[in-house]
Amino acid sequence: MELLRFTTVGSVDDGKSTLIGRLLYDSKSIFEDQLDSIKESSKKKGIDHIEFAYLTDGLKDEREQGITIDVAYRYFTTPKRKFIIADTPGHIEYTRNMVTGASTANLALILIDVRNGIVEQTKRHSFIASLLQIPHVIVCVNKMDLVNYSKEAYEKIVADYTDFAAKLEIKDVRFVPVSALFGDNIVNRSENMNWFQGSTLINTLETIHIGSDQNHIDCRFPVQRVIRPHSDEFHDYRGYAGRIAGGVFKPGDKVAVLPSGFTTEIEKIDTFDGELDVAYAPMSVTLLLKDNLDVARGDMIVRVNNQPESTQNLDVMLCWLNKKGPISRAKYYLKHTSKEVRAMIKDVVYKVDINTLHREEGSSDIKMNDIARVKLRTTEPLFVDSYRRNRSTGSFILVDEATNETVAAAMII
Amino acid sequence: MNNYNLNHLKELESEAIYVLREVASQFQNPAILFSGGKDSIILTHLALKAFYPAKIPFPLVHIDTGHNFPETIKFRDDIVDRLGARLIVGSVQNTINDGKVREESGRDASRNALQTVTLLDAIEENKIDCAIGGARRDEEKSRAKERFFSHRDEFGQWNPKHQRAELWNLFNGRMNSGEHFRAFPISNWTEMDVWQYILSEGIDVPSLYIAHNREVVWRNNTWLPYSDLIKLRPEEEIVEKLVRFRTLGDITITGAIESGADSLTKVVVEVASSRQTERGNRSDDKRSETSMEDRKRLGYF
Repeated sequence: MELLRFTTVGSVDDGKSTLIGRLLYDSKSIFEDQLDSIKESSKKKGIDHIEFAYLTDGLKDEREQGITIDVAYRYFTTPKRKFIIADTPGHIEYTRNMVTGASTANLALILIDVRNGIVEQTKRHSFIASLLQIPHVIVCVNKMDLVNYSKEAYEKIVADYTDFAAKLEIKDVRFVPVSALFGDNIVNRSENMNWFQGSTLINTLETIHIGSDQNHIDCRFPVQRVIRPHSDEFHDYRGYAGRIAGGVFKPGDKVAVLPSGFTTEIEKIDTFDGELDVAYAPMSVTLLLKDNLDVARGDMIVRVNNQPESTQNLDVMLCWLNKKGPISRAKYYLKHTSKEVRAMIKDVVYKVDINTLHREEGSSDIKMNDIARVKLRTTEPLFVDSYRRNRSTGSFILVDEATNETVAAAMII
Repeated sequence: MNNYNLNHLKELESEAIYVLREVASQFQNPAILFSGGKDSIILTHLALKAFYPAKIPFPLVHIDTGHNFPETIKFRDDIVDRLGARLIVGSVQNTINDGKVREESGRDASRNALQTVTLLDAIEENKIDCAIGGARRDEEKSRAKERFFSHRDEFGQWNPKHQRAELWNLFNGRMNSGEHFRAFPISNWTEMDVWQYILSEGIDVPSLYIAHNREVVWRNNTWLPYSDLIKLRPEEEIVEKLVRFRTLGDITITGAIESGADSLTKVVVEVASSRQTERGNRSDDKRSETSMEDRKRLGYF
């Protein structure tokens, strides 16, 4: 069974909680005691229907204030796949949360209220999905029951969105007309929309091809840890533990170790369960090399004839996550794969107005939730790919040296 | 040709191993919180895999409430022997004897909340900078908001409204002295994943999880195991039932379910068709709607 990670975006008004509740309920993933507790909470608040938002709003403040503060993770399984939902709130700190939820997702579920069509928020969500290179997007045109399940209303939104998405980098967009409230086209095919020939939402989630989402071409192995048992049985054992960030590795492959550039061969791919003939992303394995080289955490093992760029100058799209914006010439810790260096923001090229997608040049004042194109300089070279090519070797975070907080997420252009 | 796909258990395993290796590399003195329950057992199993053929580079910490199932303690000692690991025991009884906490009294008294003080003491005394736990996001609604690397302030407190953003697989374990981290490598596993993994890996678990005959008492809508620590109330009687446990906490608060699942395979089938959450029989979670969040804020596991 495969694992699909998706993120849901939209505000309460779009019916996002209802949609998630419906997916969980119709796939029998809500337990009786959970349902009882939600019913009880709904009743206490004087709400007539079952408020599915209480399923995902886990914190006391969220329940009291009726808002979602943070990303919540939900799980459900159908006979075909296991799903992890990163449910991101639509209100405050929106960008920060959506970027977080999107960073690990294979798919984004974007909700549009059929009565309102494409609004500013839809554009914002779609831009972030595109920026974070989520491989698949499903647009749920919701509340079809409120427009008499009108084919024309649905088709207008499909046309408008297709038009708009052409400006973005979204590779795979699908549409489905639904009523989350009544369950039309969620798990069960709608009898009210016989004109719709496509798949139900759950069917698309179960069958969409995600096998090509990982990069199986460019071999990248960031070394996490050197394993030296120092035991009698494994006296000379020297293994490099890590999680494959791209490509396919086999014993006998000619590899280079960065930054030294020394070349050697993979002798063995080791695991607790025995040696492997082949290993690929995102497997965690231990590589043993033919020659005894000096390799440490933060180094990267790659194929000799396919190497990442080694650079101290980074050109990136940056999303600022902290209340305190960057101070001019301030230095940050930069975490990229298993490597940590220090970095300085050199230049803000432009900021993006995420509502209009316009570029604001000459505006260098970065605030929380801003997205900007910036240039950075690092103390040591990093081994990078463009984010478009590899989401792991193409991304990094910045950490404030004083507060230790994660202040920014970056995607390398 | 291009069939390089992992199944969901292998992907979750790979993720957990990655997290464990990050913990070992980013912290000076991490430790595994070992309760003897299934989640900490698979955590230990995953640690064995992560550092093979080297030994697990951290000790196991057990917070002993003195209200354990005897089977759990035996299981703990066997596993420590087998791994050649170091065991640190924090005793709630000692914390009570030192006068740092007072034993609860009243009808549903338990030592559950007292553990937090013992745990934070053990973390401080042993200079543990990252306590690795087997908590899962599907268990409980406030746990659904947890990070893989979860920061704790100098009082050991969790501040759910000010959590660090956690993106991709980049974990930020930086902190000031006196603070510490909790790490949760199996965050993304569900109860079903845990059982399927136990089955597919042939991992040993305490017999308490498998259906067995036991003396129990009906209290607070669950079958509570009878032991010396339970005072019978006038209306209660001891009966023998075929039961098993879905979670293992203190013997005084962990309810059993009636079950005929006398093998691991049958347990998996039962979990798959269960209509109640696994912590539904834990009275510690039922004290209020946000009892887990309240305890977590104070530093509970």
